[in-house]
Amino acid sequence: MQLLLEKRSQASSLMNLFSPLLAILLTVVMGGFMFAIMGKPPLSALYIYFIDPLTSWWSIEEVLVKAGPLILIGTGLAVCFKANVWNIGAEGQLTAGALMGAIIPVLWGEWQSPLGLVVMLVLGAFGGALFGLIPAWLKTRFGVNEILTSLMLVYIAQLLLDWVVRGPWKDPDGYNFPKSVSFEGWHLLPTWGDGRMHFGLVVALAAALILFWVMRRTLKGFEINVVGSAPRAGAFAGFSQTKMVWFCFAVSGGLAGLAGLIEVAGPIGQLQPHISPNYGFTAIIVAFLGRLNPLGVIVAGLLLAVSYIGGEGVQIELGISDKTTQVFQGMLLFFILMCDTLILYRLKWISGNPIQHGKRSAS
Amino acid sequence: MKKLLTAAASIALVSALSISAVAADKLKVGFIYIGPPGDHGWTYQHDQGRKAIDARLGDQVDTVFVENVPEGPDAERTITRLARQGAGLIFTTSFGYMDPTLNVAAKFPNVKFEHATGYKRADNLSTYAARFYEGRYVIGQIAAQVSETGVAGYIGSFPIPEVVRGINAFLLGAQTINPDFKLKVVWVNSWFDPGREADAAKVLISQGADIITQHTDSTAAVQVAEEQGVKAFGQASDMAAFAPNALLTSIIDNWDDYYVERTQAVLDGTWESMDTFGGMDSNMVNMGPFINMPADVKAMAQATTAAITEGKLHPFAGPVYKQDGSVGVPEGETLGGFGLVGMDWYVQGVDDQL
Amino acid sequence: MSPYEAILLTIITASTPLLLAAIGELVVERSGVLNLGIEGMMVMGAVCGFVAAHVTGSAWIGVIAAVLAGIATSLLFGLLTQTLITNQVATGLAITLLGLGLSGLIGSGFVGLPGVKLANVSIPWLSDLPFVGRLVFGQDPLVYISILLTVGVAYALKYTRVGLIIRAVGQNHDSAHALGYRVVAVRYACIAFGGATSGLAGAYLSLVYTPQWIENMTAGRGWIALALVVFSTWLPARLAMGAYLFGGVWILGLYAQAMGVGIPSQLLSSLPYVATILALVIISTNRRLSVINTPASLGQGFVPDR
Repeated sequence: MQLLLEKRSQASSLMNLFSPLLAILLTVVMGGFMFAIMGKPPLSALYIYFIDPLTSWWSIEEVLVKAGPLILIGTGLAVCFKANVWNIGAEGQLTAGALMGAIIPVLWGEWQSPLGLVVMLVLGAFGGALFGLIPAWLKTRFGVNEILTSLMLVYIAQLLLDWVVRGPWKDPDGYNFPKSVSFEGWHLLPTWGDGRMHFGLVVALAAALILFWVMRRTLKGFEINVVGSAPRAGAFAGFSQTKMVWFCFAVSGGLAGLAGLIEVAGPIGQLQPHISPNYGFTAIIVAFLGRLNPLGVIVAGLLLAVSYIGGEGVQIELGISDKTTQVFQGMLLFFILMCDTLILYRLKWISGNPIQHGKRSAS
Repeated sequence: MKKLLTAAASIALVSALSISAVAADKLKVGFIYIGPPGDHGWTYQHDQGRKAIDARLGDQVDTVFVENVPEGPDAERTITRLARQGAGLIFTTSFGYMDPTLNVAAKFPNVKFEHATGYKRADNLSTYAARFYEGRYVIGQIAAQVSETGVAGYIGSFPIPEVVRGINAFLLGAQTINPDFKLKVVWVNSWFDPGREADAAKVLISQGADIITQHTDSTAAVQVAEEQGVKAFGQASDMAAFAPNALLTSIIDNWDDYYVERTQAVLDGTWESMDTFGGMDSNMVNMGPFINMPADVKAMAQATTAAITEGKLHPFAGPVYKQDGSVGVPEGETLGGFGLVGMDWYVQGVDDQL
Repeated sequence: MSPYEAILLTIITASTPLLLAAIGELVVERSGVLNLGIEGMMVMGAVCGFVAAHVTGSAWIGVIAAVLAGIATSLLFGLLTQTLITNQVATGLAITLLGLGLSGLIGSGFVGLPGVKLANVSIPWLSDLPFVGRLVFGQDPLVYISILLTVGVAYALKYTRVGLIIRAVGQNHDSAHALGYRVVAVRYACIAFGGATSGLAGAYLSLVYTPQWIENMTAGRGWIALALVVFSTWLPARLAMGAYLFGGVWILGLYAQAMGVGIPSQLLSSLPYVATILALVIISTNRRLSVINTPASLGQGFVPDR
């Protein structure tokens, strides 16, 4: 008796649509189970987690605000991972972008003009891209694994930020607390609503749509797909693996840096030692949940944002630990990966000898 | 200029919620924590304060808390959520919540906010902090008496004024007993990192420190002290359970009275925005039981504590000299105001640079 | 105790969890599997070890529980990547996430409780020798286990048939399968071994290093362990060197502070990470070193053609 995987003759389009739904269903069921074991009412917990955040305009706003950076970074990472370039250091690129973009308000705070904001955004993207090019260079020049270098650089970037806000860029009127001057006027992102929804969301959606178009309709997108899934074929077609690494890190680093700058010029309004609740790492999950497709990333980002908001809700309403959010996200990723296997492979229970079965099905 | 919404709509919405909060039976008091209540440190003590409210005002008040809230936009959302759900009083227990609290306070004028260790206020936003440095002075004196090597190790979190104040007060206290007392400082760049704190403690001990004190929140350092047979001071809560032979005393943050008092003020309608910087005199800073020390040292510690509580002794009374020899606090004066709140210099004798 | 002895002891304590986790991952990667879930397995080991030790009062039962927890978590990874052929990078990340979250839940009732410490080994006459006594003969048992494992893995990979099979599977799983070796079974076994050592590393953290439970107490050590495996070019001896080197740099930063050296603490804190990058670059520039030992099938899923 054995469980075997049998490759399908072609990818099942039914499963392509069905698998994420199946994954979500499994997650919800397991989650309910988990709540029941913890002694909490499963149905109301699940409701507060996933439905409640969508029932009031205020919390929908909050979901969008939270989803923004996740979508922005996740889109870049999706493109990256599609090409088999593993940028795990988006958090560091986020920090680097925030640092570089913050040069304007910190050093030239009196220069107030819409151009200043544009420069900040450009610097943010540039800073993130530059920081992302370090692991790219190390990989292409020395062959060093980019997972590890990009990750180590996260710690280095965060320590740099810490040093900067405690030292040279500390707010002189800030009672010696570690924060930069508060950004003002044109150095803050435009907002609407009651001040929570900011321009960053627009940037995120725009980035996702643009990259979707690139991936689907341009030669570059084709190149990314091929280099990722069939590197040898790509080499024969003249696609350069090296240039792809540079490109992917530049794009994902740039978007992460932009997200970082948006955070400090938007909701935070200044530089401080902690500017991101691990957006760079969560975006990795978002990229996978979105199945490395920029449109999917939008949906995944929203779903994850809902889980964060819902997680807070259950903490307050039912006294459930906030760790359940991480468990949910891990389970979701798990089940998505599992169910995605069904797209390319069919599961078969085999009784008896697998070799005999092979002979039988061949004849 | 850039906010497009009319304030009227939001105020109307908020007023409706506030009215519903008032119409509900009990006052809802919310707490935002930076860490878990089980940290046996900073957050634990705030949670004790919350439980004190439950204990003493439970028939009129319901409390609710959210833990592990990161500083930044997440904090703003969480505080807003509590306010929207009808909280009448919200305590935000970390410096980094300052701007988020301010922003939410502006949107919910009928809700009262209390921000710990910050400096920005509003009509409905108070700030509060405790003079922990008074406790540091006491343990500094104990350290100088008990230490055989004349060297103490200080595990610091971040070089912010509060921590620097603590270091200075500690050394000033020690210097009243032993003018050549040495202090070594290691920064772990975190409020709570047991592994690093344990390493820092070991490193300091190997450099000759036989007294370990910390401005971080975990119990790892006192555990190391216990293991290595040196003495230690606990932080924020009584850490004797973790180091029964090594612990001399702990500086305990006591928020109970302040929290109950402020909640009562909201219930009575007498709440006003203010800044509270309470010390031993207002019972916000307590010393844990003095153990593992000779009787005369214990007596001295108790006497100093009493003197500070009665206002007869000020840790930062002049003359106090900075590391470079210049005058930090002139003779006859006592440090206060910005000089105290924004302290960014070391006293002479600290083996570290800022 | 002299300062030098103290320094060495501290370095050993800091390096041992890294060595434990990394030696297991080395075996896993030699068999061709990339398991990024070390952090998750380690933290599950830490929490289960602590809970078991606390409930039963015995640190050794805690160690066993930690190992079992690590194995269980790793088998979940194995199920996904070996039976269901999922992407190994993504699955590893999922395991890390799941491990961090679950451990937080399991441990939520145990935060802030004093732990049970694993007692140091004490050999009657040898442990009392000056300097060498405590350092060589008076460590806690897991340090000795880590060294034994390193030596054992080095020997097994090079000189035994089992080691040969593992390496074969890692180099070319299709050829190994054609030769009749059960690739999936071998990989499962290696993954379980990796889980066991990661669990041990977690047990070290919560039962020796800082005997208590705190959420996320692994603090990124799993990732450092991964870097160490690459740095070692999959050779156990080099791995041990790397682990102690990393521990040394980590501790050195703290010492520099304690001695009053005027370098900003953030710079000192960043040294281990900079050192890791530099080490990786140096290793990678030596093509002979890095390419020869890289398991060629690393990270690729295995689906047999029948």
